[in-house]
Amino acid sequence: MKVALFVPCFIDAFYPEVGIATLELLERFGCEVDYPLEQTCCGQPMANSGAQAEAAGAERVFARAFAGYDYIVGPSASCVNHVRDHFNAIEQTDEVGKVRESTYELVEFLHDVLHAQDFPWAEFPWRVGLHNSCSALRHLHEASVSEIAGPVFSKPLALLERVKGIEFVKPARPDECCGFGGTFAVTEEAVSVRMGQDKVVDHVSAGAQYIVSADMSCLMHQQGCAERMNADIRFIHIAQVLNGARE
Amino acid sequence: MADREAFLARVRAAQPAHEPLPEVPLFAAPSGDLRERFCAALKLMGGGEAQVETAADVRAWILQRFGSEARIASATPEVEGTREITADTKPASLEDVDVGVVRARFGVAETGSVWFSEREYVVNALGYLVQHLVVLLDPRQLVAGLQDAYRRDDFRGARYAVLVTGPSATADIEGVLIQGAQGVRSLTVVWLPVP
Amino acid sequence: MKRVEHAKLAGAFLSRPEHVAFHDKRLWDLRSKRDAQAHAIPEWETLRTLASQIKAHTLSHLADYLDQFTRVAEANGVQVHFADTAEEHNETVYRILHERGMTALVKSKSMLTDECDMRPYLESRGISVMETDLGERIQQLDRQPPSHIVVPAVHKLRDDVAEVFGRTIGTDPHNNDIHYLAESQRMNTRPWFVREKTAGMTGCNFAVAETGTVVVCTNEGNADLSANVPPLHIVSMGIEKLIPRVSDLGVFIRMLSRSALGSPITQYTSHFRAPRPGAEMHFVLVDNGRAERLAMPEFWYSLKCIRCGACMNTCPVYRRSGGLSYGSTYAGPIGAIINPTFDLKRFSALPFASTLNGSCTNVCPVKINIHEQIYQWRQVIAAQHELPFVKQEVLKMAGRLLGSPTLYRGAVASLEGALRRMPNFMLYNPLNIWGKQRDLPHVPHTTFHAWYRKNRKGGGNGGS
Repeated sequence: MKVALFVPCFIDAFYPEVGIATLELLERFGCEVDYPLEQTCCGQPMANSGAQAEAAGAERVFARAFAGYDYIVGPSASCVNHVRDHFNAIEQTDEVGKVRESTYELVEFLHDVLHAQDFPWAEFPWRVGLHNSCSALRHLHEASVSEIAGPVFSKPLALLERVKGIEFVKPARPDECCGFGGTFAVTEEAVSVRMGQDKVVDHVSAGAQYIVSADMSCLMHQQGCAERMNADIRFIHIAQVLNGARE
Repeated sequence: MADREAFLARVRAAQPAHEPLPEVPLFAAPSGDLRERFCAALKLMGGGEAQVETAADVRAWILQRFGSEARIASATPEVEGTREITADTKPASLEDVDVGVVRARFGVAETGSVWFSEREYVVNALGYLVQHLVVLLDPRQLVAGLQDAYRRDDFRGARYAVLVTGPSATADIEGVLIQGAQGVRSLTVVWLPVP
Repeated sequence: MKRVEHAKLAGAFLSRPEHVAFHDKRLWDLRSKRDAQAHAIPEWETLRTLASQIKAHTLSHLADYLDQFTRVAEANGVQVHFADTAEEHNETVYRILHERGMTALVKSKSMLTDECDMRPYLESRGISVMETDLGERIQQLDRQPPSHIVVPAVHKLRDDVAEVFGRTIGTDPHNNDIHYLAESQRMNTRPWFVREKTAGMTGCNFAVAETGTVVVCTNEGNADLSANVPPLHIVSMGIEKLIPRVSDLGVFIRMLSRSALGSPITQYTSHFRAPRPGAEMHFVLVDNGRAERLAMPEFWYSLKCIRCGACMNTCPVYRRSGGLSYGSTYAGPIGAIINPTFDLKRFSALPFASTLNGSCTNVCPVKINIHEQIYQWRQVIAAQHELPFVKQEVLKMAGRLLGSPTLYRGAVASLEGALRRMPNFMLYNPLNIWGKQRDLPHVPHTTFHAWYRKNRKGGGNGGS
């Protein structure tokens, strides 16, 4: 299966290990993974700031870089959500349409397309607080949410449960937003930080040694808060855990 | 004041395209005895219950509970008050009444609510100005849910209709529950079939 | 009008940790109770869909339903008035009171009257206004607007209330016992219900077109007192309150209090159809920008709102910033999508006081797509050049940079170098907002892009 790897801009710049883990993980499942070198950014930062038109340049590059692929996979729910739902600054050709509907978030792809059941190479003997980003939960519907009555399910949990040694803790507010919110983290710094601190404290109080998430942006924000608070907790991306990272 | 036709015309010009009115189905009621469900709901909302044999016992119960000096205004001929009320009674005159007595037309099991109109109250203010309310309720006059209550005709004929659920309450200060906010401090449902 | 600086006001609220902790916990508790109710009713999600559809239908035929409602009301003996603006609403209310020699008004909670700024209008013309809802009364006495549409003083702790009451109604300022405070307000307010030359006013939760009925939901019974004791009852209602039939209340009344407070119903659900013999009933129907909003394809769904406040309770930003940081009668998520229609510049920061997490949309009993409208308002605000935080030019530059692979790669290369070189204290200077209360991300020794080029061959489409 041929897959194009989409590495969001901030992962490229600050968390290359997440991109590497994603690449290696897909290859473990037999995917032939291309990484189009031209890619820059999906356009979300401009669009979420209200300047949807200014996202056109980035969206054009994205559409060109990923044209023709049946599967485009990226380790970021908010970016993938932007591509699927808000990629409106450029002309909606058939090619653009195909790119949009072929873009998957990593967990979605592993769970729904690859039907990944086992990760025999993986072991993560820690108490883990699973953090699902609001994009993953409420926009990509990767797990049920506490405010909607309905069948309970979780794609990230279904994958992580298969990892040897992993133990899950139960924070009091498992699906409350952590406060990153893109530029919100800077424009509403005080509220953002308070939300991040509350999230960290919730997981620490539940006994988590690690917070694991499919969204590095949330983890970047929570880690920033945790380190400043000298909280005894560490952060790792789900790709790294599933790919066999021991810590 | 704005002109009615111009007002409506402006709204009409702004309306979005037609959206259909859905059929609202009757949903299955939860299982369980209606009276038991009613009592559980009433308790949750802070209401009390009492059981008597006859209507004559109600007055005795009131005096025992609220004192022999209690000033009672009764909207139902089944229970005698210490003062008379008629449709002409000035609402404000009920200000010093301790206990109001009224028979509900029906109750709602889903919520523990009882239903009154001006016919039941005689003076509407009876339900609110008095300190305590005693409600006679026939256990055969219970509907399962609000969806059933709102399909009844009773709302059409009434000038004023109300679903009352427990006593007046508020939690506006630090979420602490207070009973007897502006209205009655207590509400007690007395089970008594209609004569 | 000057922009409401939500971030700054939120910062001030956050500087009082005891208040924030309580505020957040109290409202999360309401959200949790709502969840319990929703999970206990198998048809809950179906009810949401029905409620949304009934409201959407009504709004799409609003003129006809208003026509029906007002004709039936008049046939019932109600006097109906129409007000295009907030000013007209206030004038109409004053005229009704003045013509009858009224010198006081007792009222239950009405967001519309706050929106119209009715109180100062009446008070400056010699009509005393008594807010009878405990939360509204606290705020009235403290000369503050309500901070939450259901629990107006939720941002205050008992000591604050004791201080306000001590200052204004003569209670012991050092007695912060909540029962004492509530009882004091009850006794202080009660004489007004029975006062001569006094009229009563309520708001309106639902207006039933079929029967001309106004439905008002309270827990305190203050609407019933205000309406049933004085000889004159005035209802202030926004035109969006219409629903078609009495039976529709079987959907809405089931949802309102469960969504607002997690209780199955309010203590009082009152239905006013016709005046008592010898008394008067008036309905004042208000537009004040609602028709204008109805004509906005992206935003008219906001008119479905039944004022339950569930969106505020779930909003993690609202819970930590307090309602007063929104500078309007309507705060939180619903405020973010309604207020820009009143004054785009003044409220241009509100759609950015959001992480777009979407839980508001999920708890809304009438399925308003709140977070999507928040996103849309950001586009409108940018298009009108009213972006509060960043200049349009900066976003243009960022857009150009991210639209050019060569420029972008160059910037990333210099970024890591810059971050690596600058010592910590310079990174944490006051100009660096991220770093005020958070550590910056650690700088890796390579980008993914550089690693890939070094360790893997080729690249796929458009390799460079």
